[in-house]
Amino acid sequence: MTAIALAAPKRIILRSPGYWKSTFQRLARDKVAMTALGVIAALFLCAIFAPLIAPADPNAASMIRRLRPIGTPNYPLGSDELGRDMLSRLIYGARLSLIIGVTPVPIAFVIGSAIGILAGYAGGLFNTIIMRTVDVFYAFPSVLLAVALSGALGSGLTNTLVSLTVVFIPQIARIAESVTTQVRQLDYVEAARASGAPAYRIILEQVLGNVLAPIFVFATSLISVSMILASGLSFLGLGVRPPDAEWGLMLNTLRTAIYANPLVAILPGVMIFITSISFNLLSDGLRSAMDVKS
Amino acid sequence: MTETLSFLIDERDRGGPAQPLLSVKGLVKRFPVKSINPFAKKRHVSAVDGIDFEVLKGETLGVVGESGCGKSTTARLLMKLMPQDEGELLFDGEEIGVALSVKEYRRNVQMVFQDSYASLNPRLTIEQAISFGPRMHGEADGKALSDAHDLLERVGLDPGRFAGRYPHELSGGQRQRINIARALAFKPRLVILDEAVSALDKSVGAQVLNLLLDLKRDLGLTYIFISHDLNVVQFMAQRVMVMYLGKVVEIGDCREVFAHPKHPYSSALLSSMPRVDPRNRTQRPPLSGDPPNPIDPPSGCRFHPRCFKAEGVCSTTSPELFALDGDHRAACLANIPGSGHSAASGNGVAA
Repeated sequence: MTAIALAAPKRIILRSPGYWKSTFQRLARDKVAMTALGVIAALFLCAIFAPLIAPADPNAASMIRRLRPIGTPNYPLGSDELGRDMLSRLIYGARLSLIIGVTPVPIAFVIGSAIGILAGYAGGLFNTIIMRTVDVFYAFPSVLLAVALSGALGSGLTNTLVSLTVVFIPQIARIAESVTTQVRQLDYVEAARASGAPAYRIILEQVLGNVLAPIFVFATSLISVSMILASGLSFLGLGVRPPDAEWGLMLNTLRTAIYANPLVAILPGVMIFITSISFNLLSDGLRSAMDVKS
Repeated sequence: MTETLSFLIDERDRGGPAQPLLSVKGLVKRFPVKSINPFAKKRHVSAVDGIDFEVLKGETLGVVGESGCGKSTTARLLMKLMPQDEGELLFDGEEIGVALSVKEYRRNVQMVFQDSYASLNPRLTIEQAISFGPRMHGEADGKALSDAHDLLERVGLDPGRFAGRYPHELSGGQRQRINIARALAFKPRLVILDEAVSALDKSVGAQVLNLLLDLKRDLGLTYIFISHDLNVVQFMAQRVMVMYLGKVVEIGDCREVFAHPKHPYSSALLSSMPRVDPRNRTQRPPLSGDPPNPIDPPSGCRFHPRCFKAEGVCSTTSPELFALDGDHRAACLANIPGSGHSAASGNGVAA
């Protein structure tokens, strides 16, 4: 024991880079994921600085300049069915589209992970009750559930966010539950239990670090789904109300112009496609960056 | 003599050297068998079926037996990682869960798992893994970390090189040393070693065994050493317990049991040990067949379908542990006088 007392002076400890740090280093080397991240960052910057970037007022209508083609002077991306500048509307549309597309996922990530991890760690009857309740929601196709909830709650930004969050909670909870159930049986959790630690500390310090990565990857892949669902709700008139600029809603109002000026009419759809595929590629990059055995 | 005296100066000792450190009485664990038919009668596997034994202060108790005989279930029951169905555990004379809280008990008893990789959290550094338990018991972070560094030194690893590393960067032997350090973080009195060196190659395993012997001597530890490797048990243990299908079939002094096994299962197990001397080859054929299905254990003595001494009485009467001489006890009808077995004394046939 004296040797231990003598060894007390300061030691220089070599530290390995942590898991998240090395994950992000690997991600930074992934060109596709980084390009996707760049596109997403650009979209967010456009949304934030829309008043500075947009060349015209997105709601200024002009009945004599309707449905101008792409490349018309003063209308670089043409004009819509009410003669509003498409470029400005697309830039402003990024604001609402990103809010309703992205926000539900982190909220559902927190709530769904909490439900799933608790159910998975507790196991037994508690798990059965929670997970069967979750399954009731999971049984509906997500589009149907989102439409039904939005329809019941009424249109509007908050209601759209709530209904999309409710759609994603069961999906995330199921992933969280299955990952936690696997981790719970591992020896290191048994060893932590054998140390007499309370369950909540074991969950926070031993389980969470090992289940969060796969849940996180799944959640990022849901952002693209969320974007499409949100636009779908707006398209159906259940989301944002006109005249606010939102890509899904713009797609709906321009639908009548699909024969007259197809290139302009599909522009909001192109934006939705670019955004959702960027989130998907970033999620894929994240998955492979995390997948390294460590 | 320091080995036997070290526990005497342990201020936590209560009952004195004669009192067993751990007494196990009638321990039973059944697992339900899942059935497709919900109306079928509920069936159980008795993984541990009423075992009694004692662990003496300062000794190493070896536990041997085939896979599936209940060794690891016993370890997990002793560690209170799963609730037992029946039976009681007394730690230094105090019943666990009654006189002694489970939390307090766990400070005194720790376990080293077989799989050195699965038993370390891949997301925690070595120092975090070792200091986790003490921090959970209210120790300050700084103190717990510097204690963890001291423990690393104690198990022969340089804290400067290893404390900040992750488990996947280390070898199996290094990881097992870390598991030992983690088990020692509480300064336990009893350490359960569940196949602690089985997954390591021989030379690394031998180093870990020597480390375990050093730690036992220096810290006054008591070990329960579970292994299927009889040579290792012979090297480590003072007493040995042989298990078969959830029951203890023989228990006693290690040298005595290895030299003169009284239960046919023990002799079969021992004769399966590879011999070093070519002139002293295994003579008796080792056991044939697999252990019976524990859902439907054989009637009477559980070993009788595979036993070369089996007689009619063995399939009807279940033998209890019977004291042969001193500490050596075996559960075989052939050794119990008046049992009806022809080899047993006092029933008029063999005498």
